[in-house]
Amino acid sequence: MEFDLPFIWAGLIAVAVLAYTLLDGFDLGIGILFPFLKDREERHLAMNTIAPVWDGNETWLVLGGGGLFAVFPLAYAIVMPGLYPLIIAMLLGLIFRGVAFEFVHRTKRMQAFWEFGFWGGSLIAAIAQGMALGALVQGITVEGRAYGGGNWDWLSPFSVLTGVALVVGYATLGATWLILKTEGETLARAQRFALPLGIALTALIGVVSLATPFLRPEYLARWFGWPSGIWSAIVPVLLALAIWQLWTGLRDHDQLRPFLATVAIFVLSFAGLGVSFYPYLVPPSLTIAEAAGPDSSLGFLLVGAVVLIPIILAYTGYSYWVFRGKVRPGDGYH
Amino acid sequence: MLSDISAIDLARFQFAFTVSAHIIFPAFTIGLASYLAVLNGLWLWRREPAYLRLFDYWKTIFAVVFGMGVVSGIVLSYQFGTNWAVFSDKSGPVLGPLLGYEVLTAFFLEAGFLGIMLFGREKVGDRLHMMATAIVALGTLMSAFWILSANSWMQTPAGYGVNDVGQFVPEDWWAIIFNPSFPYRMVHMVLAAYLTTAFVVGGVGAWHLLRNRENQSAAIMFSMAMWMALIVAPIQIFAGDEHGINTLEFQPAKIAAMEGHFESFPEGGAPLILLGLPDDAAGETHYKLEIPYLGSLILTRSLSAPILGLDAFPEDERPKSALIFWTFRLMVAIGFAMMGLGLWSVWARWKGRLYTAPWLHRAAVVMGPSGFLAVLCGWITTEVGRQPYTIQGLLRTSDSVAPLQADAVSVSLLAFIVVYFFVFGSGTFYVMRLMGREPDHGVDIDHIGVVRAAGITPVAANPHAHHETSGD
Ligand code: HDD
Ligand code: HEM
Ligand code: HEM
Repeated sequence: MEFDLPFIWAGLIAVAVLAYTLLDGFDLGIGILFPFLKDREERHLAMNTIAPVWDGNETWLVLGGGGLFAVFPLAYAIVMPGLYPLIIAMLLGLIFRGVAFEFVHRTKRMQAFWEFGFWGGSLIAAIAQGMALGALVQGITVEGRAYGGGNWDWLSPFSVLTGVALVVGYATLGATWLILKTEGETLARAQRFALPLGIALTALIGVVSLATPFLRPEYLARWFGWPSGIWSAIVPVLLALAIWQLWTGLRDHDQLRPFLATVAIFVLSFAGLGVSFYPYLVPPSLTIAEAAGPDSSLGFLLVGAVVLIPIILAYTGYSYWVFRGKVRPGDGYH
Repeated sequence: MLSDISAIDLARFQFAFTVSAHIIFPAFTIGLASYLAVLNGLWLWRREPAYLRLFDYWKTIFAVVFGMGVVSGIVLSYQFGTNWAVFSDKSGPVLGPLLGYEVLTAFFLEAGFLGIMLFGREKVGDRLHMMATAIVALGTLMSAFWILSANSWMQTPAGYGVNDVGQFVPEDWWAIIFNPSFPYRMVHMVLAAYLTTAFVVGGVGAWHLLRNRENQSAAIMFSMAMWMALIVAPIQIFAGDEHGINTLEFQPAKIAAMEGHFESFPEGGAPLILLGLPDDAAGETHYKLEIPYLGSLILTRSLSAPILGLDAFPEDERPKSALIFWTFRLMVAIGFAMMGLGLWSVWARWKGRLYTAPWLHRAAVVMGPSGFLAVLCGWITTEVGRQPYTIQGLLRTSDSVAPLQADAVSVSLLAFIVVYFFVFGSGTFYVMRLMGREPDHGVDIDHIGVVRAAGITPVAANPHAHHETSGD
C-alpha cells in the first residue's frame, strides 16, 4: 500500500488541533476562572503558572491554521469565510488575553482593566472555538469551490451548546491544572471548583453526544451502523472510566490524577468527533481527499513535520520541565 | 453609507491595516533578540555588570513587544482564509508549506525558549540561558526567512505549475523558496530590522545621556547603536539599490510607478525625479524637480539602456504611482539620514565628544522611531507597487477575495481598528515608559536594598534581581 498523504495529514492536523485544545485549554481555563479566584495575588499566581508556556501553547493554533492552509487549502478557503464572525471574535479575544500577561505588570492604574481583559478574552476565545466546532459538525454550505452560506449560518442551538461545553471543559482543565501547580489555599479552592465543573462537563458531553448522531443521517449511520458502530460501545465506556478517574482523583485529593483524567476526557471526546467526521473534512460536502492539495505540497511539508515535531515536543517538554513544580507567590514571572 | 464601498476594498484595507500593525513588532523584535544575545554574550565574557543591567533592561521591553507581535501575527495567519479565500485556495499548495515551515522551524523555537530566556536564568544556569537567548534570536531570523520567501514568491513567482482546478502547484521547491527577489528582500528586511532596533536603542541611550551624561549603561547603548548606524546604514543603501535593480528586471511597472515615470525612455537617459506630484489620472508627474540622466545611471548603470514607463503597460496592469512615489522617497531619505547620523557620530567619537554632544543626542532621539517609518514605507511601496495583482502577473487582487458581505467585513474592520489602537497604543505607551526609566535603575532598588548614589558608580550586580517596573 502506498502512502496516502492526505490521510496522514488529516491525522497530523487532528493531532495539532487536539494538542492545541489541551494545552491552550488549561491556559484559557485559567482565564475563565479568573474572577472566581480570591484576590489579585491569587490571580497573578494562577497567571504565573502559565506565563512561561502560553506562547508555545498558542503556537499549536498557528500550526493548525497554517497546516490547514498548506495541505487542505480548499477547506481553509471554505471554512474561514463560513465561520468568519467566530474567527474574528476568537482572534480579538486572543489579543486581549495575550497582551495581558505583560500588560498587567506594566501599569497600576489600568491593572484591573487588563485583568478583566484576560478573563473576557479567554472567555470569548473559548466560546468562539466551541461554537466554531459546533458549526462545523453541523455542516457548512459549499458552492463550487467556495463558501455558499450566509453570514449567520454558524449560529444555532447546537453551536451554542458546544460553545458552552467547551467553556466548561476548558475551565475544568484550568482548575485541575491549578491543583497540579499550586498549594495551600489556592489548591483547595481549585479542588472545590473542579468537582461541579466536572459534573457539568459530564452532563454537557452527554447532551452533545446524544444530539450529534441526529444532526445528519451519516452520523447516525456511523454511530449505530455496523461495523463502525463498535465505536459507540468503546468510546462511551472509556469516557465513563475517565470521568470515574476524575471523580476519585478529586475525592482522594490526588494532585495529578484529576488533570490527567480531564485530559483523557478531552482526548476521548475528540476521538468521538473523529468518528463522526470521517471521511469528511468539511461535512457534508468536502472529503479529506477532495480538500487535499497536491502531493508535492503534502510530501514536502511532511518531511519537515516528521523530523521537526519530535524535536519540538522534546524541547517543549524540556521547557515544561524547567518550570516544573509548584509555583509560589513572588516567583516573579514578569 | 457604506454601501458604495465594496467588500473587496474593505477586505484590502483590513488586511493592509493588520499586516502593517504586525510588521512594526517583528521589525523591532528581530533586531532586539539579536541585540539581547549580544548583550548576554558580552556579560558572560567580560562579567561587566553594566551588560547584565542592559540585558535586563531591554529584556522587559522585548517581552512586551514580543507579546504584541505574537497576537497580531496570529490574526494574519487566519486572515488569509477569512479575507482572501480564493487566493488561499489557489496559492495554498505553494505558500502554505512555506508558512508551515515557519511555524515548525521558527514559532515553536521562539516560543519554546522564550520562557527560559525571560524567566529561567537562575533555573538553568548561564550557559543554557545563553543558548536559549541565542535560539530565540535565531527563531526570529528563521521566521523572517520563511515569511519573506512567501511574500517574495508573490512578487516574483517561480517553480510552479497550474493544475486543472486552477491551483498553483509546486514543481521545484528550491526555485520557489529562492525565487528571484527573495535574497534581496531577505537581506534588505533583516538589515531594516537591525537598523530599526539600533535607532530605538540609540534614541533611548541618547535620551538618558541628555539627562545624565555620566550614565554608564546609556553610554554603552548609545555607542553600540552608533556603530550599527555607521556600518549598517550604508550597507542597507547598497542593498536597497540592488533590490531596486532586481525589481526593475522582474516588476518593471512597479519601478516606473515608484519613479513617477509615466513615459518610457527607449533610448535611456531617464532623469531621476527627486520631487513631484504624480497624477495617475492625467498620466504625468507635475512640478518635477529632476536630475537628468541619473535615473538611468542608478537603474541600468548605463546612459543608453531603455527604461519602461507606465505607458508601456496596458492600463489595467498599472500600479498607481501617487502613493508609492512618496513612500519610496521617504524610505530612501530616512536611509540617508541614518547614514548621516552614523557619520556625525563617528566624527564626534573621533573628537572624543560622543557622550557629551547634546545636538547629536537630540538628533538621535528624533531619529529613534525612524526605522519603523522606513519599514512601513518600504512595505507599502512593495505591496501597493504589485497591484493590481496579489500574485504578480498571475492572480489579480479583485479575483482573490472571499465571498463575504460588506457589512460583515466593515463590522470586523471597525473592531480591529478600535482594538488595535487601544491595545497596541497602550502597549506602546508602556514600552515608552519602560524606556523612560533610567537604565542603571533597571534593577529593583528596594528589592536589593541599595540606594544608588548619583555618579558613575554602577549598582552592584545582582543576578537574582527581578524587575518591578510597574507604577504610574
Ligand atoms: C530601516 C528600514 C529601511 C531603510 C533605511 C531602507 N529601506 Fe528599502 N525597504 C525596507 C526598509 C528600509 C523594507 C520595509 O524592509 C522593504 C519592504 C519590503 C522589503 O523587502 O524591504 C523595503 C523595500 C524596498 C524596495 C522595494 C522592492 C520591491 O518590493 O520590489 C526598494 C527598491 C528599496 N527598499 C530600496 C531602498 C533604498 C535605495 C534605500 C536607501 C536609501 C532603502 N530602501 C532604505
Ligand atoms: C509585514 C509586512 C507587510 C506589509 C506592511 C504589507 C502591506 C500590505 C498592504 C499595504 C497591502 C494592500 C495593498 C493594496 O491593496 O493596495 C497588502 C496586500 C496584501 N499583502 Fe502584504 N504586506 C506585508 C507582508 C505581506 C506578506 C509577508 C504577505 C504574504 C505572505 C502578504 C500578502 C498580502 C496579500 C495576500 C495582500 C492582499 C492582496 C492585495 O491587496 O494586494 N503581505 N499588504
Ligand atoms: C502576512 C504575513 C504574515 C503572517 C501571516 C505572519 C504570521 C505570524 C504569526 C502567526 C506570528 C505569531 C507566532 C507565534 O505564535 O509565536 C508571527 C510572529 C512573528 N512574525 Fe509574522 N507574519 C507575517 C508577516 C511577517 C513579516 C513580513 C515578518 C518579518 C520579516 C514577520 C516576522 C515575524 C516574527 C519575527 C515573529 C515573532 C514574534 C515577534 O517578533 O513579534 N512576520 N507572525
